Amino acid sequence: MITVENLHKHFGGIHAVDGASLTIAGGSITGLIGPNGAGKTTLFNVIAGVYKPTSGRVLLDGEDITGLPPHDLFAKGMLRTFQIAHEFSSLTVRENLMMVPPDQPGEALWSAWFHPSAVRAREEEVRARADEVIEFLEIAHVADERAGNLSGGQKKLLELGRTMMVDAKIVFLDEVGAGVNRTLLNTIGDAILRLNRERGYTFCMIEHDMEFIARLCDPVIVMAEGTVLAEGTAAQVQSDERVIEAYLGTGLKNKATA
Amino acid sequence: MMDILNTLALLGNYLIVPGITYGCQLALGALGITLIYGILRFSNFAHGETMAFGTMTVILLTWAMQSVGISLGPLPTALLALPFGIAATVLLLLITDRYVYKFYRQQRSTPVIYLIASIGVMFLYNGLIRFVIGPDDRQFNDGTRFIMKAREFKEMTGLREGLAIKSSQGITLIVTILLVIALFWFLNRTRAGKSMRAYSDNEDLALLSGIDPDRVVMIAWILTAALATIAGTLYGLDKSFKPFTYLQILLPIFAAAIVGGLGSPVGAIAGGFVIAFSEVAVTFAYRKVFGYMGYEVDGLMQLLSTDYKFAVSFAILVIVLLVKPTGLFSGKSY
Ligand SMILES: Nc1ncnc2c1ncn2[C@@H]1O[C@H](COP(=O)(O)OP(=O)(O)O)[C@@H](O)[C@H]1O
Ligand SMILES: [Mg+2]
Repeated sequence: MITVENLHKHFGGIHAVDGASLTIAGGSITGLIGPNGAGKTTLFNVIAGVYKPTSGRVLLDGEDITGLPPHDLFAKGMLRTFQIAHEFSSLTVRENLMMVPPDQPGEALWSAWFHPSAVRAREEEVRARADEVIEFLEIAHVADERAGNLSGGQKKLLELGRTMMVDAKIVFLDEVGAGVNRTLLNTIGDAILRLNRERGYTFCMIEHDMEFIARLCDPVIVMAEGTVLAEGTAAQVQSDERVIEAYLGTGLKNKATA
Repeated sequence: MMDILNTLALLGNYLIVPGITYGCQLALGALGITLIYGILRFSNFAHGETMAFGTMTVILLTWAMQSVGISLGPLPTALLALPFGIAATVLLLLITDRYVYKFYRQQRSTPVIYLIASIGVMFLYNGLIRFVIGPDDRQFNDGTRFIMKAREFKEMTGLREGLAIKSSQGITLIVTILLVIALFWFLNRTRAGKSMRAYSDNEDLALLSGIDPDRVVMIAWILTAALATIAGTLYGLDKSFKPFTYLQILLPIFAAAIVGGLGSPVGAIAGGFVIAFSEVAVTFAYRKVFGYMGYEVDGLMQLLSTDYKFAVSFAILVIVLLVKPTGLFSGKSY
């Protein structure tokens, strides 16, 4: 589904991503782990079109999507969430969700004034979908709350909810589990599994909680110093000598911080 | 008792009525500034000239209508010309965006670069306006002059002080109220308005949603053109049209937008009235007020000569930036 070929992203002298190659198989829930500063978030940002890579390619179903802006990638069904949750803080949770689907006629002034019935019909459709998502994620009690007032965990759920408002192909989750309590984490995990099984979403997720990863992810890719270090099941990578070494910090000396 | 009523009439005539009118005009101007700041994230220095351009087209159309005998009876013909003036201004702003700001958007330029570009645009508009209509003073207010004349008020109440309300003042208030209601309805209730708020709130996220950034920017310019043309025309009806005054009014308008909190529409309106009333109150001659209170005083008892009225905006601006730099209604999210 996604193929990354020899990707480099340098910030001045810092080689944040330094020759990473990997594939994410369609239908999988691929985990991406690695010590802090390994370049995981940067890799996501390059794939998601936030940064142009210094060199290398990204393919989506064989099509070269390197450097396409986020907006175009969204249209192709590639969605992402942020390590630090993003939301439209002054809009309600339901309004946040309703913002996601593209091509709503109500957005054009012309049709808003001259085709109100078409606008209303589409809006009802989007609202129904938002209500479905709200029910799926069990957040009905905060549906009309301003998103800015949500707890950190609820914002992460909302991020996941956003991906459900369109028919996504692949979703990149950057630490959805970070700073989320156990109960909410289980809700998020269940939602990810159900989306994967029932709707065929492919996921690629950066995560630190090994228990959470072991429950959801197969395969797991390990990054360190901007490259892929190992790949396998959660159990395999956890017992891999090189991975243990990388996490212990030995051999993680200054190469990346020239 | 009579003295108190006379004082009230005096204050109403010279302070409250002009303050409300001027506050409306500044509020509408500041809304245009704040809207562009919220969406495109720069301070648009060309906004005063945009107001002048809109007003100029309204004046030209008013003259054309007058020459073929079209009129609105007691109302100024300019109101009839207004929609066409707005359309022309929308066109001007969209062309400007296409050939100036769009380039900087694609370059992902910093706000300072936009700001400097907008100063260039300001000079361009300024030249265009002087070329078309010249730098002179223009009167274009036909229709009845007064809703209530000072003499009528005196006869009606038997007071010594008159209270006059000009038609242009009544029109300013009514148009502003209608426009503000329409604007807030648009921002809070429609999909297009919510897209704008969302975009202003979190641009990164908006780009990863179904929000079309080009469309949001376009709508922001359309709203700005409408607000600028209406604000400019109301100001021109109330005073008179002179291109230079629209350059001067930029300072109080910016002060209003910043005092209210850049990016906050509610703040822009509040800021407009804060600036307007301060300016009017500081330049008002209080001698007669003292007279009614039983103190005979020499001199005008004016805190500041009218010539320096723009210093008031400046002073308030400095105070607000020192005390609460984000403005009264900290902005950026509607
Ligand atoms: N915008 C940036 N500018 C400069 N350096 C950056 C930038 N983003 C990330 N880095 C650096 O790149 C390296 C990898 O960071 P990141 O991708 O956030 O790692 P991870 O998500 O795996 O913790 C770090 O050394 C970080 O300081
Ligand atoms: Mg990270």
